[in-house]
Amino acid sequence: MARPNPAMPIYGDANLAERDARNAQRAQRARRDAANRSLIVKTLITSVVLVLLLLYLMPLGYSIVTSFSSKSQVSDVRAPVLPSARMQFEYQRRTLDVLEVPIDGESRELALVRSGRASSTFVDPADPAAGEIEWEGSWRTLAPVYTLDIEWENYPRAFQFIDFMQLLRNTLMYAFITTIAATASAAVVAYGFARFRFPFKGILFMLLISTIILPPQATLVPQYAVFFRLGWVGTWLPLIIPTFFANAYNVFLLRQYFLTIPTELEEAARVDGAGPIRTFVSIILPQAVPALIAVSLFHFFFAWNDFFGPLIYLAGSQQLQPISVGLFRFNGLYASEPQLIQAASIMTMLIPLTIFFFAQRFFMQGVVITGVDK
Amino acid sequence: MDYVTEIQSSLASERGRSKRLSRAELREARWGYAFIGLWLVGFLAFYLLPMAASLVFSFLDLDLLNPSRSTFVGLENWRRLLFEDPLVWQSLRVTFVFAAISLPIGMVSALFLAVLLNSADLIGRNLFRTLFYAPTMVPVVAGILIWSGVLNPATGWINQLIQWATGLQVANPNGIRWLDDARIIYLTYTMIGIWGIGNAILYNLAALQGVPSELYEAAKIDGASWFRRLRSIMLPMISPVIFYNLVLSFVGLMQYFQVPYVLNGGNGYPEGTTFFYLIHFYRQSFQFLDMGYGSAIAWLLFVIALAITATLFATAKHWVYYAGERR
Repeated sequence: MARPNPAMPIYGDANLAERDARNAQRAQRARRDAANRSLIVKTLITSVVLVLLLLYLMPLGYSIVTSFSSKSQVSDVRAPVLPSARMQFEYQRRTLDVLEVPIDGESRELALVRSGRASSTFVDPADPAAGEIEWEGSWRTLAPVYTLDIEWENYPRAFQFIDFMQLLRNTLMYAFITTIAATASAAVVAYGFARFRFPFKGILFMLLISTIILPPQATLVPQYAVFFRLGWVGTWLPLIIPTFFANAYNVFLLRQYFLTIPTELEEAARVDGAGPIRTFVSIILPQAVPALIAVSLFHFFFAWNDFFGPLIYLAGSQQLQPISVGLFRFNGLYASEPQLIQAASIMTMLIPLTIFFFAQRFFMQGVVITGVDK
Repeated sequence: MDYVTEIQSSLASERGRSKRLSRAELREARWGYAFIGLWLVGFLAFYLLPMAASLVFSFLDLDLLNPSRSTFVGLENWRRLLFEDPLVWQSLRVTFVFAAISLPIGMVSALFLAVLLNSADLIGRNLFRTLFYAPTMVPVVAGILIWSGVLNPATGWINQLIQWATGLQVANPNGIRWLDDARIIYLTYTMIGIWGIGNAILYNLAALQGVPSELYEAAKIDGASWFRRLRSIMLPMISPVIFYNLVLSFVGLMQYFQVPYVLNGGNGYPEGTTFFYLIHFYRQSFQFLDMGYGSAIAWLLFVIALAITATLFATAKHWVYYAGERR
């Protein structure tokens, strides 16, 4: 097929070069326009999302700021947003409040020496030697002056009042034991469902999955009754023992992951005479490390959050309660000290949030496997 | 795609294999049972037997301290549950009204945020995804206490922000009383629940990434509007995940307990609007120790949850699209 030779001039040479230049210019302008437009779109969308994010995280900001504020500031409606205290000034062995006083059209920060109904006496903290200043008007209408004042003490106090070390020890112990138990048992069961054929497998798997939808309260009373008769209420046993028997969520996630592992290595191992247990331990588990980490993280966070179980089983054993119930109890005792409650809340989230930020890759992959993957 | 297809396909593989097992198959089956045995034992001990026991308990006046003094009361607990106890219907109504408000708002927010976080025009997508997920990692009790502070009518930032933005004088003890006003209490609780939608956002995100971009491009060439592309391509393609989120949110809402319990100890404040079904269950079973009646309450919850999940699954085939489905 004959193609037009691009080198062949159609018009005069000069004309062509001119057109080329013009086209190039136009294309460049179009590209620039497109780039500009997409930059505008990008900025627009990013700012919208940023605003949404700030709104979404605002309670966290409130909590952090409050946890560093003094008790008097928390209840002071006029106080500024950041942790602060009313400015005061030592004058003639007295502690004076510093107020914003409008004098001759400008606002000055003056310390109140004597308050009167119609006029008050002030002194300038920056220049006390200048003497006392009379001001006409009601001092009650004047706004106080604030200075930045971070109340670090809230954290040690909350730490001590809530007995954080004890709660942390309990929670970590409970979380570690049950995480290991839940992950190990789920891996074993998941391998059974992923690699073996046996009668009633479909029905059993359906039963397993349907336990996700079953409200746990439906089985709670008899479980409680049995644990009570065994004398286990008031110990961790009712919370720990069930985790040794594989939970449907974790089994589902691990089974999905095992199904994606090619079977060649397992077959080779079988030919070499390895039994199912050895194959599972030395071939499957090492290849499933990301999924095992994800399941462990899920369970760890679940244990950190677990509330209903500890609430009913450990109601009478304060010294065994985990952080969730401890924080709930603390809230009841210190309702009049919001700054301590916020400090304690921040303390309880430090460990989960730190782990999450470091391990989020495994974590998010795991979430996606349970929800979406085939 | 999710549990639904899993169950369907595993049931399908169950059929047509009723013949006798060969020796090798028998060996394999034995090993299979050995591996799942742990779960089987747990299923019997922690699900099947307690379910049956719970049903039996619902016919007893159970005395936990002296089991020998428990008496068989026949349908007494059930009669009380269904016909006499006004708190049952009140708490069911509370639970369903709250679900009707909270579920759509939560699901639409999760989808909306997922679409934004999936946008190619968003700078710093991964950072945004992490930060939007972070509140889901905040321990639930801590999250509730944080919200209870930020919602304080006078000193909380929400009213102060509204006052700053609109000029309305709402940041005072008589301003917007988020946790005390029965008219807006469900919106408040929904707002608190929004901190827990991280997983739903992630599921939606993963589903959105799975929609082939050729579909959008083809529709664009055909002149389909933005709304049309949303309705006819995006929503059907991600409908399995929407369904999954719907079922899980619903199951979670039926068990709604922690937020009202932490905020007001389960007293239903204000005006009984936060007296959820599980609060009723908890008080009867573990505060009044009326465990026979508590079992009946729990069984009714089970029946209701089962009925509604079954209905959801039945409607699924009309609106949930499975790409791998054989028709």
